[in-house]
Amino acid sequence: MQTTTRPLLSMSGISKSFPGVNALTGVNFRLFAGEVHALMGENGAGKSTLIKVLTGVYRPEKGEIVLGEAQIWPESPQHAQSLGISTVYQEVNLCPNLTVAENILIGREPMHRGAIDWKEMKNRAETLMFEKLNVDLDASRLLSSYSIAIQQMVAIARALYGSSRILILDEPTSSLDETEVDQLFSVIKRLKQEGLGILFVTHFLDQTYRISDRITVLRNGELVGEFPTATLPKLELISKMIGKEYVELESMPRTSSRTDATDQRVPYLHIEGYGRRGYLAPFNLSLHDHEVIGLAGLLGSGRTEMAKMIFGIERSDTGQCSIDGRKMRIGSPKEAIDAGIGFCPEDRKAEGIIEELTVRENIILALQAQNGTFRFLSRKKQSKIADEYIQLLNISTPSADQPIGNLSGGNQQKVILARWLVMNPKVLILDEPTRGIDVGAKAEIQKLILKLCSEGLAILFVSSELDEVLRVSNLIAVLRDRVKIRELTGTDMNEQVILQAIAHGDENARQ
Amino acid sequence: MQDSNTGRLGRITASKMFWPFVVLGLILLFNLIFTKGFFNLDIRDGHLFGTTIDILNRSAQIMIIAIGLTLVIATHGIDISVGSVVAISAAMAALLIGGKLVLRGDVQEYVTLVPMPVAILAAVGVAGLAGGWNGLLVSRLKIQPIVATLILMVAGRGVAQLITSGQIITIYYKPFFFLGNGFLFGLPFTVYIVAVVLAFTVFMTRRTALGLYIESIGVNPTASRYSGIKPERIIFWVYVFGSICAGIAGLIVASNVKSADGNNAGDLFELDAILAVVLGGTSLNGGKFYLGGSVIGALIIQSLTTTIYAQGVPPEITLVVKALVVFAVTMLQSESFRKMVFGRFMPVASATPQKESV
Amino acid sequence: MKMPVRLNRKFLPLTVTILLFLIMYGAGSMLYTGFFSLQVFLYLLVDNAFLGITAIGMTFVIISGGIDLSVGSVMALTTMISAALLEKANMSPALVIPIALLSGSTLGFLMGSMIHFFKAQPFIVTLGGMFLARGLCYIISIDSISIKNTTYEAISQARIHLPTGQFISVNVLIYLLVIAGAIYLAHYTRFGRTIYAIGGSEQSAVLMGLPVGRTKILIYTMSGFLSSLAGIVMTFYMLSGYGLHAKGMEMDAIFSAVVGGTLLTGGVGYVAGTVFGTLIYGTIQSIITFQGTLSSWWTRIVIGLLIFVFILLQSIFSSRQKKFGSGDTRSGGRKMVKTVLASAQIIDPEKK
Repeated sequence: MQTTTRPLLSMSGISKSFPGVNALTGVNFRLFAGEVHALMGENGAGKSTLIKVLTGVYRPEKGEIVLGEAQIWPESPQHAQSLGISTVYQEVNLCPNLTVAENILIGREPMHRGAIDWKEMKNRAETLMFEKLNVDLDASRLLSSYSIAIQQMVAIARALYGSSRILILDEPTSSLDETEVDQLFSVIKRLKQEGLGILFVTHFLDQTYRISDRITVLRNGELVGEFPTATLPKLELISKMIGKEYVELESMPRTSSRTDATDQRVPYLHIEGYGRRGYLAPFNLSLHDHEVIGLAGLLGSGRTEMAKMIFGIERSDTGQCSIDGRKMRIGSPKEAIDAGIGFCPEDRKAEGIIEELTVRENIILALQAQNGTFRFLSRKKQSKIADEYIQLLNISTPSADQPIGNLSGGNQQKVILARWLVMNPKVLILDEPTRGIDVGAKAEIQKLILKLCSEGLAILFVSSELDEVLRVSNLIAVLRDRVKIRELTGTDMNEQVILQAIAHGDENARQ
Repeated sequence: MQDSNTGRLGRITASKMFWPFVVLGLILLFNLIFTKGFFNLDIRDGHLFGTTIDILNRSAQIMIIAIGLTLVIATHGIDISVGSVVAISAAMAALLIGGKLVLRGDVQEYVTLVPMPVAILAAVGVAGLAGGWNGLLVSRLKIQPIVATLILMVAGRGVAQLITSGQIITIYYKPFFFLGNGFLFGLPFTVYIVAVVLAFTVFMTRRTALGLYIESIGVNPTASRYSGIKPERIIFWVYVFGSICAGIAGLIVASNVKSADGNNAGDLFELDAILAVVLGGTSLNGGKFYLGGSVIGALIIQSLTTTIYAQGVPPEITLVVKALVVFAVTMLQSESFRKMVFGRFMPVASATPQKESV
Repeated sequence: MKMPVRLNRKFLPLTVTILLFLIMYGAGSMLYTGFFSLQVFLYLLVDNAFLGITAIGMTFVIISGGIDLSVGSVMALTTMISAALLEKANMSPALVIPIALLSGSTLGFLMGSMIHFFKAQPFIVTLGGMFLARGLCYIISIDSISIKNTTYEAISQARIHLPTGQFISVNVLIYLLVIAGAIYLAHYTRFGRTIYAIGGSEQSAVLMGLPVGRTKILIYTMSGFLSSLAGIVMTFYMLSGYGLHAKGMEMDAIFSAVVGGTLLTGGVGYVAGTVFGTLIYGTIQSIITFQGTLSSWWTRIVIGLLIFVFILLQSIFSSRQKKFGSGDTRSGGRKMVKTVLASAQIIDPEKK
């Protein structure tokens, strides 16, 4: 809680633009010592830019930054760090090939007679980790031998090692499970008590309410406002971030559960006993047309693994699947595609888009692959198809010949969707299709899923946001520790039951 | 800020193929002014004769290698073994053709040990095998291309020496000389070889989906696989093709010097070929490729070399000039450099700050 | 010497390299009489000191994630500059040696600057450097220049006798000094650790506030310096300056580093490993010389095969690491996975 009336950090009138885009316009931001201040906003709102201005990656065109008593002009991450501003990024930006101790202390290693004092370094690192973060580990082991959650702690330790006054946490919980989030939050609370000012960027609303004292909302590069968390209801926060679409979302009717009638029909895709030792326990799954099956579970529970196995990216040791009644084995994405399955991967950038190729080429890629090398789609045909789907999915792009890398996350996702819709698939697997996308586009995609389902598609929908899963699914499969533990229908499809299942599992009800 | 991307002029200058043409044009211009008789064309012995013809002829080897190498580089790979493959192919051809002195009627004649077409096929075939080796290492064993092809680069000359048993094999069989030294309809035969290879490659990459696959794989092999492409297969064949091109170049080399020297044949060819590809606009990181650009790139290199000779400058300068060209191209292809120098005149590639979540 | 405490697993590549060297040396000893002698071993150092020195420079470059193709040419250039200054300009060695060292360092500095400021690929920039150095060599003189300078001759012929009777040359001393200096640099200075950091993740190193730009430029400068030093050592050895010296030596340097356990992807490597890599190279050459009948081009094939084997091992090793969990992204469910896997007896629960 703020003990002084004077903020620790004060950014005022910050403006920054790039060719064609005003990333920030006259934004103010204040941070008090001993508080957790959440920075929220959709993609494109300016959060990332503001942080990069604060850490010296960008130079603002207008505005000033005051830290403590003095005005500062951060020129580089190194400089910002020396000023007392430390950042922990979403992708733990450390060096996996160095030890934990080195990662914490590199650049400031203790020296003894002109040489690095390794023993002292190890001691300091372990002491720091234990006293500040309550983590007990061997600091002389390689960073890569620890989990992401621990690595993040190491990143925080590094940030704290220099005397930091401000700690910026940029989406720190995206790769953590519940326990690890709890661990992180208790660390944050301790740091708060020590008088650190903490800037916390997240898109998880619940976490914001759990940990932050104040919230600043940005939208389209402008400041919407700064609010004490306690006095800002969730719905109001969201409407400040995105306006009215969310209301639309809430008013969408919840889908009906899978009925007995469905169970009688022959499933289009029926998996029996797919699994692989060390990867995923054997599971059964049936997808019918006109149906959405949601996969719920924590990070690491095996949802993506299941999706990849069905799509043939990962082999299964056992079992088989049948498509439309015919038994077959799918051993590669190509075979899955031939069987009428499409897949939107979780990691768009690494597994989905072909960045330097145009929107047009990205859209027709799978179709072309299916046609075969020699039945080449002419440029004209490609453009026709691309334009059709750009319109259908409302993809925002100056033209079909834009490199897809220039599009925003939401539009890129739509292009990937288009890639599959062009193929007229029978089954569509969507792995976190709304991740990293603003709520407006989120709603669009969820509506699209329901529409496709009503047109006959069978959809497997993976999402870590339970309310999304609940909103669109006819049936929910719950996974835990690489095992499918339950299938929920009807009145069981609610948050409580799912959480219970994940928490306690259900050893009797495997499958 | 000036957005010069939209105008016609902007589009032309932004096209990757523009700059190679300009550079070549500058070189030709220089020669027009300073080199007497550079553009002279005579007809001698029933064919065209002149410096420009010479350049065309000599650049054929690198052009052919560069065409194959362009595809390899487009998959985000590299093949530094092509020089050694040239040596292997030349050695194979020389070994199989050689030339036995034989009495035919009253006349002494050189006869090939093995029918020439067979020898040619064998040489190119061995080159293909070498490419297959590289392809296997890169596509199946997932070894980094520079590392994988390093092996053949080092060992390849040893293999070539093995074939020739450590000797330099001289070729006496006349018909074989036609490949590198002959003329057809007035133009050097090598030009036709290049034309055929180029036409074939352009057809295969632009009239079929291969070009799209290659570019896609070069940018993102994972996403390509998830879209139903088989990257491993394509990468494998790309290396095979690259080596086959090197094999064809090896035939021309053997034909030109009428011998095969396992140690020196194809020396530094890989460097010239990579330079040609890079000059032509294809990025070393893979993705979009420009076959025409690579051909122009090879022309640029050869013209430079010839210009240097023509000016009476000691030939050793060639290496230094090549170095300067490498540096110049590197700087021009670098965004940071362009920003520094050209500032507001630089074509803006995009309006959004890309990739980063703002 | 106080070595940093590390897991045994990290020393595995180094162990393999040392083992390989022992095996090869042992094989040579069994095949040829006279092979198994201290003097023959010391000759490995005498004959390959210059390769060893430049290989160490190459190691640092590769650890940082780059590569330097100019080292052989810089060596040749150094010999040529030395010879020309000594014989044609009659300068004293006290002047010539610093100038020669400066030449490689300057070229390295320029290349490093280009790589850093223009974000150019090291491969292509050092390729240009290779052309440039070789070209400058030939411009100075097409033919070789013999060195008659008495100081150089004296150094070349000097025999430093060990207590046990064997001898080494001045070059070996220089090499040993370089090794010591390099180990200190790599493990006990911030500069050295920054090199490893850059190789591990350049992006992270920048964000961690490390002086990445400065370090990168220094790495190439140092590689140039060491190549020049190797060139000077070569000058002592060959007593001539010649454009064809050290042809292809960059490949031998890369061989030494790779076989020594340096990962071509960067971030991992040991100076000691490279030293053994150089010794292995020397052993191969020695064996072939001892054999007598095999032509030297067999060396090329063996070298190529060895590089292949090591690279294969490297890629198997690193892909296994990825599969069985060294911090795979996202799955904070590591603990959860562990229970499943341990119960299925796939992994040893102790292994993290």
